[in-house]
Amino acid sequence: MFADYSTSELMSIFAMQGFAGLILFSVFVLMALGLAIIFGQMGVINMAHGEFMILGAYVTYLTSNVFSEYMPSMFGSYFFIAMILAFIAAGALGMFVEWALIRHLYKRPLDTLLATWGLSLILQQIYRSVFGAREVGVTLPDWLMGSFQLSEIVEVPINGIFVMTLAIGISLAVAALMYKSRWGIQVRSVVQNRPMAGAVGINTSKVDRLTFGLGCGIAGVAGSAFTMIGSTGPTSGQLYIVDTFLVVVFGGAASLLGTIASAFTISQAQSTMEFFLSGSMAKVLTLLFVVVILMLRPQGLFSLKVRR
Amino acid sequence: MANTINKHPAGSRSKLPGLVKSLMGAAAFASMALTAPASLAEVNTTDLAVTEDTVKVGILHSVTGTMAISETGSVQAEKLAIEQINAMGGVLGRKIEYVQEDGASDWPTFAEKSRKLLLNDKVAAVFGCWTSASRKAVLPVFEQYNGMLYYPTFYEGLEQSPNVIYTGQEATQQILAGIDWVVKEKKAKTFYLLGSDYIWPRTSNKIARKHIEKLGLKVVGEDYYPLGHTQFNSIINKFKLKKPDVIFASVVGGSNVAFYKQLKAAGIDMTKEKPLVLTISVTEDEILGIGGENIDGAYASMKYFQSLTNDNNQAFVKAFKERWGDDIVIGDVTQAAYLGPWLWKAAVEAAGSFDVDKVRAASPGIELTTAPEGYVKVHPNHHLWSKTRIGNAKTDGQYEIVYETPELIEPDPFPAGYQ
Repeated sequence: MFADYSTSELMSIFAMQGFAGLILFSVFVLMALGLAIIFGQMGVINMAHGEFMILGAYVTYLTSNVFSEYMPSMFGSYFFIAMILAFIAAGALGMFVEWALIRHLYKRPLDTLLATWGLSLILQQIYRSVFGAREVGVTLPDWLMGSFQLSEIVEVPINGIFVMTLAIGISLAVAALMYKSRWGIQVRSVVQNRPMAGAVGINTSKVDRLTFGLGCGIAGVAGSAFTMIGSTGPTSGQLYIVDTFLVVVFGGAASLLGTIASAFTISQAQSTMEFFLSGSMAKVLTLLFVVVILMLRPQGLFSLKVRR
Repeated sequence: MANTINKHPAGSRSKLPGLVKSLMGAAAFASMALTAPASLAEVNTTDLAVTEDTVKVGILHSVTGTMAISETGSVQAEKLAIEQINAMGGVLGRKIEYVQEDGASDWPTFAEKSRKLLLNDKVAAVFGCWTSASRKAVLPVFEQYNGMLYYPTFYEGLEQSPNVIYTGQEATQQILAGIDWVVKEKKAKTFYLLGSDYIWPRTSNKIARKHIEKLGLKVVGEDYYPLGHTQFNSIINKFKLKKPDVIFASVVGGSNVAFYKQLKAAGIDMTKEKPLVLTISVTEDEILGIGGENIDGAYASMKYFQSLTNDNNQAFVKAFKERWGDDIVIGDVTQAAYLGPWLWKAAVEAAGSFDVDKVRAASPGIELTTAPEGYVKVHPNHHLWSKTRIGNAKTDGQYEIVYETPELIEPDPFPAGYQ
């Protein structure tokens, strides 16, 4: 299939294809990090993860409207404020949900699946009632729209670079929080042994609430970033939920590093195959590949070595 | 055509009316108005929900679930048409009352609700469905109980039911004129076909490919992505490698938004028309979600655009905005849905009866000179003769019409040589 093209053309295409894979990787990392905290660390199967992301997207939509209405001169920088607001809104909703719903279910992790699925339906209907059934268009500042022209063929979308930077930044921040801060130690100890953590004086319910809020907040930031590449509608969250769980489970639920490794593997596999096969077939083969690996390694790519 | 399967054969004079019927008859006799246009017994021999001054019809669309995004416009159009018809005095002197049911984006629910509309509500006609999947689900119900469905969406063809009037375009009407136009006006030689992975894009691309190859031109690639796919960077790289003159796109739903945003971000400026993007799936409704600035310059091949300047359409757009708000947009399917009640009214009046069999017999040849898209006519195959237009998307979310077929295109749901 490559006979008709010159070497330099092929090199450029492979470079761009590699970059496409990296963008997909960043998207997967952003989607999955929040869930890796909630599902991986806390064991809550959060089916409403996509809806928390869409909350972030709607917050971005509202912020862009406010800026274009009242502060058109500042429009170029609204996106950063929107992401902060998205984090706060999704995080606050997450903490409320944890208080109202999730904390009663820590001893029954499978029931969280049903409860959060119901929550996702409720949230979808709220979005539909408030924002309408149709998708909304989020206007982006001009500087996010274009692409860098590196050579005649190689062009790199700026929003792709933005998503990558964001993914790296958030991953580093989460890693620092989890493994370097006092709060991270508390979270990990609560995850490993809740009664014992309580006995040594850790306020477990507070840690739980903050952890859940952090996971949801990151989902909100991801949703905010995804307004650049995807749709914002009441049911758009459903577009992401399967891939998100796939990444987290494949990586080994309890390991953040595993999540990142799995996002990398899946995104590269998928984007390479998409180039040689049709999109649907690439998806099928990716899922098949994940199933086979999980059959051989049920605990996922990485697993915590703890005595149970 | 399918009279043999009718539960309520037409023309039965009902010499032995049941108890209910005789009661209704008595009530009707008592309240018979002086100016009664046509007696109840004449216009309704099959026990439909028709009284001296009202007739019931059904509206069956998804107002919840993932399809609500698309189907909302159709519901609004059908209600507007019904209200306008009522303001003009109704059909055969009877006001239309509608029963609205929610298909909830779930195909078995569509079937169940259509059964309810036909059996319990005894509606004279149903305006509804949107996806082909929902139409296929209700089709056996309409054929078994002899209902009449007015289906608004442009679709893949390969169907012709005596119980459905298709008010949208079938695939050949939409596609052939579009491809002919890019070949003639834009000197396109190579095509890349892209679609979401289900029956409509696959059938449409099959027709497109046959037509392109008949013209002696080349399809350099054909790709499908699962519904809801959100990452299109790989396909964009394929475009850059294969350099097609035309990207022929039938991506739908949330994927649509992702596709156009990423196309734009990847540095493909559609206004330069290298490559040119020709879509059959993006109406003004979809542009709301995509954002006008992300699709500026793409072409769409459809039968209706909101920007049509004829008098019918200007009146229609004005009425639609007065009824549903100023910031609303009207896409191809919304207009097709609006035709449904009007076509039904014309057929009922031509038949002089609400009986489904008589309405069906009267339908072929029914003309509508007041249609927003201009003039339409029902073909014996239950589809509409219509013109196809090419629109060029602008940043304000509207299409500028750059071409219109000179003649009405004959609907051909089973195109010979394209299957």
